[in-house]
Amino acid sequence: MKQEFTVTVYTENQIGLLNRIAIMFSRRKINIESLNTSPSEIEGIHRFTIVINEVEEVVKKLARQIEKQVEVLKAYYNTNDEIVWQELALYKVPTDEIAEKVKVERLLREYGARAVVIRKDYTVFETTGQREEINKLIAVLEPYGLIEFVRSARVAIIKASSGFHSKLKEFEKKEPGEDVIENEYLGKGDQVFTM
Amino acid sequence: MSTIEKAPAKGKTDKKPAVTNISGSVAVLEAFLAEGVSTIFGYPGGAIMPIYDALYDYQEKLHHILVRHEQGATHAAQGYARSSGEVGVVFATSGPGATNLVTGLADAMIDSTPLVCVTGQVFAHLLGTDAFQETDVINITTPVTKWNYQVTDATEIPAVLAKAFYIARSGRPGPVLIDITKNAQIQKFDYEGYTRCDHVRSYRPAPIVRKEYVAEAAKLINEAQKPFVIFGQGVILGKAEQEFIKFIEKAGIPAAWTVMGLSAIPSDHPLNVGMLGMHGNYGPNVLTNECDVLIAIGMRFDDRVTGRLDKYAKQAKVIHLDIDPAEVDKNVKTTVPVWGDCKETLPMLTALVEQKVYPQWLQKFKDMMKEEEEACINPELNPTTEAMTMGEVIKTLNELTGGDAIIVTDVGQHQMVACRYAKFINSKSNITSGGLGTMGFGLPAAIGAKVGAPKRTTVAIIGDGGFQMTLQELGTIMQTEIDVKILILNNQFLGMVRQWQQLFNDKRYSFVDIASPNFVTLASAYKIPGQSISKREDLKNALTEMLNTKGAYLLEVMVGKENNVFPMVPQGCSVAEIRLK
Repeated sequence: MKQEFTVTVYTENQIGLLNRIAIMFSRRKINIESLNTSPSEIEGIHRFTIVINEVEEVVKKLARQIEKQVEVLKAYYNTNDEIVWQELALYKVPTDEIAEKVKVERLLREYGARAVVIRKDYTVFETTGQREEINKLIAVLEPYGLIEFVRSARVAIIKASSGFHSKLKEFEKKEPGEDVIENEYLGKGDQVFTM
Repeated sequence: MSTIEKAPAKGKTDKKPAVTNISGSVAVLEAFLAEGVSTIFGYPGGAIMPIYDALYDYQEKLHHILVRHEQGATHAAQGYARSSGEVGVVFATSGPGATNLVTGLADAMIDSTPLVCVTGQVFAHLLGTDAFQETDVINITTPVTKWNYQVTDATEIPAVLAKAFYIARSGRPGPVLIDITKNAQIQKFDYEGYTRCDHVRSYRPAPIVRKEYVAEAAKLINEAQKPFVIFGQGVILGKAEQEFIKFIEKAGIPAAWTVMGLSAIPSDHPLNVGMLGMHGNYGPNVLTNECDVLIAIGMRFDDRVTGRLDKYAKQAKVIHLDIDPAEVDKNVKTTVPVWGDCKETLPMLTALVEQKVYPQWLQKFKDMMKEEEEACINPELNPTTEAMTMGEVIKTLNELTGGDAIIVTDVGQHQMVACRYAKFINSKSNITSGGLGTMGFGLPAAIGAKVGAPKRTTVAIIGDGGFQMTLQELGTIMQTEIDVKILILNNQFLGMVRQWQQLFNDKRYSFVDIASPNFVTLASAYKIPGQSISKREDLKNALTEMLNTKGAYLLEVMVGKENNVFPMVPQGCSVAEIRLK
């Protein structure tokens, strides 16, 4: 069954790598729902956060293919239960409408939004949260003339991860330790070999 | 003549390596020398002129072969890499020169052939301006390269080329493309010598071998009643032919090969039971669905090998030895994955398996081979028809070469017939376009194969269709005097497509009727001797003359127009549904 997966990829920071990774999805006709690139917990190591809707079998194979790319250190994939994730959204609305018709303070409290800019002609609200929360605020603001709306890509933290510092040390060694060679079979020999 | 001009001595440089002031172009050639490159296949052009200018002074050390089309350069480099086991090297200019590389890169990518291609690029300040002969070669080649990189500053060149060679040849090999802007080729910089690369932190050429998997695999093998080994090019790429033979001989397991694995073990090895896949042998295909343990070594379960996947070896426990973790479970679910270089894993496995023989099981393969001989092989090798068959040409060639030649094939019916019937006694002797199925591969690849193994007889077996795709490389053969024997098997059709149209499209022969020029006259225009034969009684003499002629020779053999290659696993069928006619 298709479900939402978040693929986290630790990479070197190099021109062209975004394309190399993106075409691995398009080649398989998988639509990228959201893609974020950012620094990671380690200086010089980049982190891609990619959201797709797929079946697990496909995502597993895809993660291995991504990891095979020369400049990719590691690729993980997680279901939504396994991550803490957020998106950020900005809403631009006419100030006079908002001031007259909506109780701004109540709005801000209810949706965890805050005003980033308040000008005579328009106001920009910002909210951070998950998809439904962000969408709810759109619905609320639309009747008042939503001028512009933008939502960021998802950023996600893997709950079970202990960070990449120790792994990177292994990668830098010429003969990386087993920690780096982890796979789904590791330490699960009994389960694997009885199938 | 020294090609590196000494930099003016700078103060206290005693402790530092000798620094010389060289251009980016010279740095490229110095890198080649340091990597042991002796041959370059290439074609000059505007954006790579500084490198060619530097090459003028390196002609003694670096043998440059001028091809007639950049696609030919990549295929020649592939042939070179496959016959020599070394990295094939290509030069091409920007724009059309670079785009002409794409087919060869794609072919090398899918068949894991180590290449380093260097392309010229417009000046860095012109990038993105639609300059003359500018094309975005990095993005065009990204899906068909193991790694690619654009250099805009000469100081990067030594380290980037070191990385390129390391990546191309290590782990699962593949093509690498380095695009160098013209300014970087011209730019002079302080060169501190060349250091070969042996580690890239984000790249692991081979996974760590896990002993418990090897032990588990050995256990499965020792318990098996009907074990079956299927192997691919991984055995050749890993230079593990001897390790492989020791393994199957100790374990007593019959072994069948993919097209890319052909020649890794001698054709007459008692445990060599033949070819897998769509036009493979009867026994190996049918018995894939009867074995109890299937041991796949250095192969990737291509659809031409597996047929219908949901009916492929479902009864068997699968052991998969591969250097590329992404191959495990990709197409066929593995019971025990043995990740690693088979050069390393096979001896570990051999140590743990029991010495065994499976006479009854092996007899099954032999019995089915008998059936196949009667239905397919005998009519092909000893035909009673008036027209010659491709098979009898190959058979006669075997008799004359003793299986010692390098056989380079193109793509199509002749390729399948050659793979089925050519005999081999040495590894790295079968060179063909397996994964991509590139018509036009044969002639240029044969050029490279001969250069990569100059002492060996090299026969390019090509169809009338494929030959016309890259026949411009006859010019390369003429100019460079390369001793390639060209054997055209002419059935006056695009035979493989015609066969499918006959079998599956009610003989609606849609655009497969291809006319050919007089190939012998064409060859003679290139000063290549040759002849065309259509009678059986001339075959042996003609082949003998071809092999005995000093230098290149073209022999065209007219064969039956509508002969088919059998057995055949029709597309969408399981391997057990292989048809003998």
